[in-house]
Amino acid sequence: MVRLPYTTALTTLFSYGLLFAFGQLRDFFRKFVDWFKAKNVKGYAPICLGLEDFYVRRLYLRIQDCFGRPIASAPDSWFDVVERTSNDNNKTLQCTSNTTRCLNLGSYNYLGFAAADEYCTPRVIESLKKYSASTCSVRVDGGTTKLHAELEELAARFVGKPAAILFGMGYVTNSAIIPCLIGKGGLIISDSLNHNSIVNGARGSGATVRVFQHNSPAHLEEVLREQIAGGQPRTHRPWKKIIVIVEGIYSMEGELCKLPEIIAVCKKYKAYTYLDEAHSIGAVGQSGRGVCELLGVDPADVDIMMGTFTKSFGSCGGYIAASKEIIQHLKQSCPAHLYATSMSPPAVQQVISAIKVILGEDGSNRGAQKLARIRENSNFFRSELKKMGFEVLGDNDSPVMPIMLYNPAKIPAFSRECLRQKVAVVTVAFPATPLLLARARICISASHTREDLMKALDVISRVGDLVGIKYFPAEPPKIAEADAEITS
Amino acid sequence: MDMALPVVNATAAVLARVSAAFNAPLARAVVFGVHIDGHLVVEGLLIAVIVFQLSRKSYKPPKKPLTEKEIDELCDEWEPEPLCPPIKEGARIDTPMLESAAGPHTIVDGKEVVNFASANYLGLIGNEKIIDSCIGSLEKYGVGSCGPRGFYGTIDVHLDCESKIAKFLGTPDSILYSYGISTIFSVIPAFCKKGDIIVADEGVHWAVQNGLHLSRSTVVYFKHNDMASLASTLEKLTRGNKRAEKIRRYIVVESIYQNSGQIAPLDEIVKLKEKYRFRVILEESHSFGVLGKSGRGLAEHYGVPIEKIDIITAGMGNALATDGGFCTGSVRVVDHQRLSSSGYVFSASLPPYLASAAVSAVNYLEENPSVLANLRSNIALLHKELSDTPGLEITSHVLSPIVFLKLKKSTGSPTTDLDLLETIADKVLKEDSVFIVTSKKSNLDRCKLPIGIRLFVSAGHTESDISRLSSSLKRVSASVLSDY
Repeated sequence: MVRLPYTTALTTLFSYGLLFAFGQLRDFFRKFVDWFKAKNVKGYAPICLGLEDFYVRRLYLRIQDCFGRPIASAPDSWFDVVERTSNDNNKTLQCTSNTTRCLNLGSYNYLGFAAADEYCTPRVIESLKKYSASTCSVRVDGGTTKLHAELEELAARFVGKPAAILFGMGYVTNSAIIPCLIGKGGLIISDSLNHNSIVNGARGSGATVRVFQHNSPAHLEEVLREQIAGGQPRTHRPWKKIIVIVEGIYSMEGELCKLPEIIAVCKKYKAYTYLDEAHSIGAVGQSGRGVCELLGVDPADVDIMMGTFTKSFGSCGGYIAASKEIIQHLKQSCPAHLYATSMSPPAVQQVISAIKVILGEDGSNRGAQKLARIRENSNFFRSELKKMGFEVLGDNDSPVMPIMLYNPAKIPAFSRECLRQKVAVVTVAFPATPLLLARARICISASHTREDLMKALDVISRVGDLVGIKYFPAEPPKIAEADAEITS
Repeated sequence: MDMALPVVNATAAVLARVSAAFNAPLARAVVFGVHIDGHLVVEGLLIAVIVFQLSRKSYKPPKKPLTEKEIDELCDEWEPEPLCPPIKEGARIDTPMLESAAGPHTIVDGKEVVNFASANYLGLIGNEKIIDSCIGSLEKYGVGSCGPRGFYGTIDVHLDCESKIAKFLGTPDSILYSYGISTIFSVIPAFCKKGDIIVADEGVHWAVQNGLHLSRSTVVYFKHNDMASLASTLEKLTRGNKRAEKIRRYIVVESIYQNSGQIAPLDEIVKLKEKYRFRVILEESHSFGVLGKSGRGLAEHYGVPIEKIDIITAGMGNALATDGGFCTGSVRVVDHQRLSSSGYVFSASLPPYLASAAVSAVNYLEENPSVLANLRSNIALLHKELSDTPGLEITSHVLSPIVFLKLKKSTGSPTTDLDLLETIADKVLKEDSVFIVTSKKSNLDRCKLPIGIRLFVSAGHTESDISRLSSSLKRVSASVLSDY
């Protein structure tokens, strides 16, 4: 829960108001300058109206160098960030050939499979030589190899469901599956902070969409009761089916979903559940099996479980795991299965090897070590940040921790200063988050060592003092307390 | 007479009293110096009653919201449909499994077959140089890029790939997407919003249809590859429509249509676009690296300058033998997508080894343009050999690497047609070891073009492969279609 101090809210609104006013002033003068130069070809409406990209031109471009930073090495715990310069006040950026070695707190590398791995990479190279980089064909034609069949079986076994189906991209998994499961006459109830791919899939399906308050099973129950009793809009016919869509870990909040309560509500009202575990599969749970394992929910209670391989397994692609009938139906009708090029075979092999390492089937206990390390790292980092007085969101055990910044000026200040001290962080502002709630998001990895974390804490603390984001009082250090006890 | 007189007297007395009452000084009040008669009081009372009645609200039966108990009952009674419909009997669900790379010769279910099911147009699967560059990339960067482009997912190979493609095509800049079909259905909603007009061909494939649906613009379809229909549609939309000048208008076509193998006549489309002031979005997945003297696509094939086409998108999973997609156009077009295209902003970036494979593939194409001549001669040979197949006819363009065969005489129902074609494909695979496929349709696809057998010709096929295919196809179709 975000506790926004009153004075901070006022100053943030004032800052945005000032930026907006300056932007409008510059647009006004720009109109005069453009009047003399005919920019658009006659007869064509402009490809982008002036109002639509006001935010981009006047606010985002000022801090453009904080986003989209190119890197020149693998996204491991330490990487090389390419330096960029600008000759025209941040309107365009040019890459130089200098790089800086920085600590990586921004990539989704939860279990440390991002760089070349001793078990996975030789097998990936072997499969590349055998199957080549792509099959150039859709899954139903000539794109299914033995690797794809093996991974589908392995993913289903890992997650705990009878069957699974594979896709080459996580975003497409959501947008192409939801229209297959529900259509006009159905109802989708989704969490208010769901990812853009789910929103697109829901919109593309043609079903009615309603939203419930973020992570609130009580409000979900209210919405369900109201909708079932009211029926379809205008005709009041009963709904054909209802699907409730939630995520395992919300990437902008770092919170875990209240899964047991939500499943109980859905069972009571006979609604189907769809769980998107993009950030939580492989990263949480005793053996890496996701939120279901962490919160003690039986996978058979969730109707459809979706996940991606990009974050914890260091590859690309997504999967859906459900009962055998649903997977067969999807294999016959899902457009992403029938029309899209199948997943690249080396990427498939990477996921197979990564899952084998996590399950311990490669003959070592590296998997268990990685899982224990990420849990320790996340909990240690979060508790230290909270002790320093930062406002950190998210639950324990979640490897994603947003630190609240609020003010628009603190976004580039925090990002640039941290980069100068060789720590690379990710800052997020409007429109990915609400206007007043800008934040810096830290993603912890199993490949971060204790020294890396101490350095990161040191840098963040110093920069935090400089920028002024320690909104809560810091805890006094333990040594002072013990001294006080001895002397008293 | 005596009785009448008292009655008359009584009536006269009553009348006199009533008139006295009315004419009494009380009834004649003086208000502000004005004399008011008694009847005015009665009229005033009547008006007051009328006004009172008009001012009361009309009767509405009171609204009673549902009680908790009623809601509980409704919730208990409601039964949802099952999440997926029951599987139809006899539906084919097993797909052939490959055990080696999908080159011109591959191993399917343990047997070596000639492969006409992979869109490997330039024969780049298994190319040594590309595999070496991928291995270098894998050792340096690992497999995945672990982040979206905005958050440290931009790797220097992505920037190299974008500039390489832009230089190859002759456009100012290009942008990479991480998956082939997500390219077009992210580009269209980034530029077309509610209120815009889009004119699209009715034979576009599902990804384009999805993009058109997500954009919420007004979409008008014209007859498949019919320029007269396009011209009349454009005329109808712009004639007399004063507002048409202020809204954005687009024509969406594919260069080689996946569903039929036809090629769009770009020179006529550009003439029409300039006449009616529309912008063109061209989907070049199957023609990039195939058409044109040096493989630069449809614009080179027709000799149209590349600046005249506003937006070009393509998936790299065909001729370039890698994965992902790109979009190219003017600087404004490309920059706008970096912040407002959902498939670019909200998704992890392309794995770096696939980007280096794309760079090597484009290099190979620049250095060996003779591979295009091989491809063209293979297609011409196939057309010649299959021209007299019993029961099947070729409906694709003579230059298209997708050779589309449909039934000469349809049985009337799409399911039986599909059954026949699948039987032919199965028999060709089992008896002669040639791997061919039919076109598959999802029930979400609204394209109504007929289905058929799709053959993907590659520059790596030899003449003996092609003769094997044609003799097998002729034999099997003669036996299967002999009853129809």
